[in-house]
Amino acid sequence: MAQTEKTVVREEEIPLKTIKSIKFALLSPDIIRSMSVMEITTSETYDEAGRPMVGGLMDRRLGVVEPGARCETCGNPPDKCPGHFGRIELAKPVIHVEYAKYIYDLLRATCRECGRILLTDEEIEKYRKRLERLRVRWRLLADKLVERIRKKAMERTVCPHCGAKQYKVRFERPYTFYEEKENGVLEKLDPVKIRERLEKIPDSDLELLGWDPKAARPEWAILTVLPVPPPQVRPSIQLETGQRSEDDLTHKLVDIVRVNEKLRTAIESGAPSTVIDQLWDLLQYHVATYFNNELPNLPPVKHRSGRPLKTLAQRLKGKEGRFRGSLSGKRVDFSARTVISPDPNLSINEVGVPIDVAKILTVPMVVTEWNIDLARQLVLNGPEVWPGANYVIYPDGRRVDLRYFRDRRELANKLAPGFVVERHLMNGDIVLFNRQPSLHRMSMMGHLVRVLPGRTFRLHLAVCPPYNADFDGDEMNLHVPQNEEARAEARMLMLVQNHIITPRYGGPIIGARQDYITGGYLLTRKDTFVNKELLMYLLAAANYEGEIDEPAIMHPKELWTGKQVISMLLPKDLNWVQPTAIKESCKDPYNCYTDEYIVIVNGYMATGVLDKKSIGAEQVDSLWHVIVKRYGNDYARKWIDSVLRALLRFLDLRGFTMGIDSLEMPRESYEELAKLYEESERKVFEYIQRYREGKLEAEPGLTVEETLENNITIELSRVREAAARVVEKYINKDSDAYIMAKTGARGSIINITQMVAMIGQQTIRGERFKRGFYGRTTAHFEPGDLGPMAKGFVRNNFKVGLSPIEFFFHAAGGRDGLVDTAVRTAQSGYMQRRLINALQDIYVAYDGTVRSANGSIIQTKYAEDGIDVSKSDHGRLNIDEILRRVGLGG
Amino acid sequence: MTTRRKSKTEERLRRILEHEYMPKAEIVPKEEVKEILKQLNAKVFQLPWIRASDPLVRAIGAKPGNVIRIIRKSDTAGVFVTYRFVVPG
Repeated sequence: MAQTEKTVVREEEIPLKTIKSIKFALLSPDIIRSMSVMEITTSETYDEAGRPMVGGLMDRRLGVVEPGARCETCGNPPDKCPGHFGRIELAKPVIHVEYAKYIYDLLRATCRECGRILLTDEEIEKYRKRLERLRVRWRLLADKLVERIRKKAMERTVCPHCGAKQYKVRFERPYTFYEEKENGVLEKLDPVKIRERLEKIPDSDLELLGWDPKAARPEWAILTVLPVPPPQVRPSIQLETGQRSEDDLTHKLVDIVRVNEKLRTAIESGAPSTVIDQLWDLLQYHVATYFNNELPNLPPVKHRSGRPLKTLAQRLKGKEGRFRGSLSGKRVDFSARTVISPDPNLSINEVGVPIDVAKILTVPMVVTEWNIDLARQLVLNGPEVWPGANYVIYPDGRRVDLRYFRDRRELANKLAPGFVVERHLMNGDIVLFNRQPSLHRMSMMGHLVRVLPGRTFRLHLAVCPPYNADFDGDEMNLHVPQNEEARAEARMLMLVQNHIITPRYGGPIIGARQDYITGGYLLTRKDTFVNKELLMYLLAAANYEGEIDEPAIMHPKELWTGKQVISMLLPKDLNWVQPTAIKESCKDPYNCYTDEYIVIVNGYMATGVLDKKSIGAEQVDSLWHVIVKRYGNDYARKWIDSVLRALLRFLDLRGFTMGIDSLEMPRESYEELAKLYEESERKVFEYIQRYREGKLEAEPGLTVEETLENNITIELSRVREAAARVVEKYINKDSDAYIMAKTGARGSIINITQMVAMIGQQTIRGERFKRGFYGRTTAHFEPGDLGPMAKGFVRNNFKVGLSPIEFFFHAAGGRDGLVDTAVRTAQSGYMQRRLINALQDIYVAYDGTVRSANGSIIQTKYAEDGIDVSKSDHGRLNIDEILRRVGLGG
Repeated sequence: MTTRRKSKTEERLRRILEHEYMPKAEIVPKEEVKEILKQLNAKVFQLPWIRASDPLVRAIGAKPGNVIRIIRKSDTAGVFVTYRFVVPG
């Protein structure tokens, strides 16, 4: 077993080199021949015995991939042999498709007789001087100039050097060239002729056209010999049936060799030129598709099954290609993915990990004399009992899989400092948690593990906004950092509590949502009193350890107000005033007795209610925001954890639901609504009447029809607004739906209006319905009917129900909305991708300037005011807050 | 004839400077350029470029190689002073 001995390459043995530059060039036929170890002469790959054919595409001299075999060129076994290129000598030259465009440019810019560039000597001299100067520092401008030179050369019809008349060259994609003679006759330019012309172009002229003749002579773009990559690049796979399945590239190369052989014998036997041309063209086709199988105007080469072959360009291109699929993105170990579900009892810093996942993901734990007892116990527990271990690594690097190890007790006793135990994921481990699309840095944050029963990842509801997660089937990924450095970074920089404030505008992105907000409102409302038992429940949920304030009411029973409960949880030195979401008429926070302002004096909540404006996520200048900023991330995390748990416990014990009874309105309100609609309908028909009589005057920039449509739309949206006002007036202010809408927990007045009063106008692409039958939307209306009902106005509400026609309009409008969002997300996603690619290298330098990768200045001061948005309040400096902090303000 | 046409274009160019949306611009004297570059920690060509054919550049008569100062209104900073390096084209 000497072979299995691990060859450890020490880091210092690896030579360190810096890449200064990369240059791309064309392979010349000489280079291709000198780098090849053999010529491929036969299209056969294997003989009857299944051995590789000598001179075939699987020749052992090209390198070997099968275990046990030895390379006939370097003598190495498969893991050491890098593979060696071979070559195919083409019987006749063919064009390299991907360079056809550049060949076309050269053919038009140079003389067909003498090969010189189609410019006079003076012009050449002038441009050469200019180019030389620009090449030094103005690379981009040099490229522009080359473009101009080429355009200019292409305009000439007579060569200024030999006086030969130039014919128009036509290019037919992907690789056919013609010359158009005087009488309009097209003459085909075959690769041999093109190659001759390209060979004649002098090096100095090429430089003017942007070529570097030392790296790439244009005639090298016409292939005379084709390099054949070693089998390492195109390995064949052994199927279960014992049959061999070759790589797509090998198939393609076989085609090329076969046609090449045929063409050669045809030439040698003096076959008629039509036959030769046919075979030549076939060879050209195969070589072209070998490079790129998705060429325009060419049928792709197909596999027997009808699947198009994946040739060279296809290996690199696109999402699954070498660049985006293998280099920029890879699959990783130590990661897990499953469905997410909510757990309000976790901390925002935590993530619940299913026990089955925790038994597979491991953390390498170096055994020391301080943790050796734990390490022994973990090894003893083994891979099946949590918390256990899956692998043990000896100090010499040997790795033992505990799944297949018999005597774990003996191994546990052998453990000593220096061993590494790959133990299960345990409570308190730091992991990275991520949800796609990863649009901002908060899409991947560090969480502390909490191993839980069940099969889903659990996360706190307050961290849904940064991930943009919900629980309708969302899945998330989890990664386990494997070394101390990564764990430290995750803990210090990526932990959830360090991302409460978003860098986008400096506000908290993590915070209360939905039921928490309802709970906050209901608890802090004026009429909420809490008896001793409930208070204990709430403070226990909040993990409160301080003193209990004196109850607001002592007799006959001790009762505390909801505000008192919150006050106990607030920091004792906090002073804060802000409006609430239900703010209506009050101007002065200190003289408002309707709870429209939150006033907190020395940590005592005097007035106001908690709602979205004060504890909600994504609310700037709120109570929650100020707590994060003044007391720090650590305090803020503990605070939100305990407050949210208390609020939810309160809502839990009180009970909260929404039913049809919260959508009740008195009879007179419906009479009012009916009147509203009739009034509007009358006005609309009035407009239509005026239009019919030709009395409607067009508004500036609009046709009469557009004016009418505008007026009707305005009138109908007025009905909806009026309906919303009626609902505001009559709806039960204590109804659950209204509470949620007003506090910002969920829904809005519009939603309630649609439920109890009127759904309103349905639109397609922002306009009233207009398509369908000739002159009408459905067959239920007269042609030319422009009234509200005929164009998608829904008069009914959800509670009453929709008429069939209304239902149809509503469904169509709803579908249009869905399509619209789908299209918008796709478009904005692509736009963001392009923006990120364009902007990824720019940075704010230490001197405050914004620069691109090469140090050139984009802005002389970041955003022109130098403010770090992530540390600002909505991009501005809050002078009052600064004064307060230095002790100068109120 | 040609002189009249030219002066007319020049006149038109000068007039664009008077529009309220046009930022104020001036050629920075050679001596000052050094100072500014030192302040910004940059070489001339690292400044943002502006083409010599840009109407603003033509209007104030700047030539390739000049640095121009642009004083414009800014949403974030009120008034902002920035520089452009005039390039050929």
